[in-house]
Amino acid sequence: MPYLAPVHPEIQRPVSTSLIVFSVLLALFLNGLPWEGIWLMLRPDFVAVVMLYWCTHKPLRVGIGLSWAVGILADVADASLFGQHALAYTLLAFGGVMLHHRLKMFDLRQQTTQVFGILALTYAAYALVHWQVNGYVVWPYFLGCLTSTLLWVPLSIMFQAARRMRVDRDH
Amino acid sequence: MDNTQSFQFFNRGPSPAVRLVFFVVLSLLLLFIDARYRYLESTRSALSVLVSPIPRLATLPGVLWQQAGDFFTTQHNLVEDNQSLHQRHERDAAQLLQLQALQQENRQLRNLLALPQRGELTTQSAEIVYAERDVFKRKMLIDKGANANVLIGQVVMDDAGIVGQITRVYPWLAEVTLITEKDHAVPVQVLRNGLRTILFGAGDTSHLSLRYMPVSSDIQNGDQLVTSGIDGIYPPGIPVAKVVKIERDAAYPFARVTCLPVAGVDKHRHLLILSGLPKLPERPEEKPAAQNMKTKLPK
Repeated sequence: MPYLAPVHPEIQRPVSTSLIVFSVLLALFLNGLPWEGIWLMLRPDFVAVVMLYWCTHKPLRVGIGLSWAVGILADVADASLFGQHALAYTLLAFGGVMLHHRLKMFDLRQQTTQVFGILALTYAAYALVHWQVNGYVVWPYFLGCLTSTLLWVPLSIMFQAARRMRVDRDH
Repeated sequence: MDNTQSFQFFNRGPSPAVRLVFFVVLSLLLLFIDARYRYLESTRSALSVLVSPIPRLATLPGVLWQQAGDFFTTQHNLVEDNQSLHQRHERDAAQLLQLQALQQENRQLRNLLALPQRGELTTQSAEIVYAERDVFKRKMLIDKGANANVLIGQVVMDDAGIVGQITRVYPWLAEVTLITEKDHAVPVQVLRNGLRTILFGAGDTSHLSLRYMPVSSDIQNGDQLVTSGIDGIYPPGIPVAKVVKIERDAAYPFARVTCLPVAGVDKHRHLLILSGLPKLPERPEEKPAAQNMKTKLPK
């Protein structure tokens, strides 16, 4: 299981800005597809997982400010309140930047539990705002937190492969 | 440089905690302003210009393919198209003249009988951006949204009949639920004899059903179903479907009636959105009846 090994060397590999930008745009696009009903509940928050990946792997390039800006874009795309996604993604990025040293020590399976904690916080912040403004919480919304966590492993493998490809090409 | 602070090799700006506090406060401020005062709508619409191209990208290959097809249309095809359109125009023109006379007559009759006038419908055209790729839902997105004053509940039709209803409005897009969506109901009337009933979608592309039709009801193969207009959502008299199959089984109280939609529900690219339906008076409240029930119940 080469992918499940600790990610020490991988985490130090260079990454192009275009890959970061492209992945965030793609995540916004996937979030923006018109999901409905139960699928909307089960839809992982692609943007959150992608931002968390970059915050934990490149904390110096992608940090809290950028996550906040992406959150504002997500607010516009989702027609949610201004600052709702931004607040959630700010917390997400803070969690990612704080935990990035710890995540380096773990393999992908162990990372998942840490990621779940951060994502749960993000989802809770979003739901809390919704509850404060609208007075109710849609509980199935938190299902998305589970699917987002499940997305962490395949997404990490994908990004590792993309970055490895780039390194191989450069050498 | 300030030497009292701990020395850092690389200047990385403020610490994560400082940034966290700053952006959390900024977010909360924005939330407060947006929730309370709605000052930010212009900013939102400006930013949505940035974001709205993203969903459209999904349809780009299809659009390019179509444009390429348009480019290579032969002159022969164009001439043929033109001729058939001319013929249709002439045919329709005769009917339109009749329609005007009939409208006039209808207005006079309604005046004589002191019935309320039928409202004039205004339409705007819209193009389908994309159909949802979901097996369980019959929905699609059109390119007119809140920017074109599209409202939830407006009816969408093509040149032949009803296609669906608008169920969600985005700034630049609107979502149309098709009449073939499972359990989507349209109140209809049989054109031949005025029999009122309700038409339900079955969840697949080309199939609708009439539920709760008594076995003895007067309905035949080939009957046209038009909207009855009773619900106040669909304007009266627009074709919806055609009866294609009736199964009368004496074992069941209701006949199974299968219909086909008249409109090309998943064929066209251009649709019409109807607006300006006359408002129906509010339904009277049923409180007195409920009170009667209550007084009867305790005994």
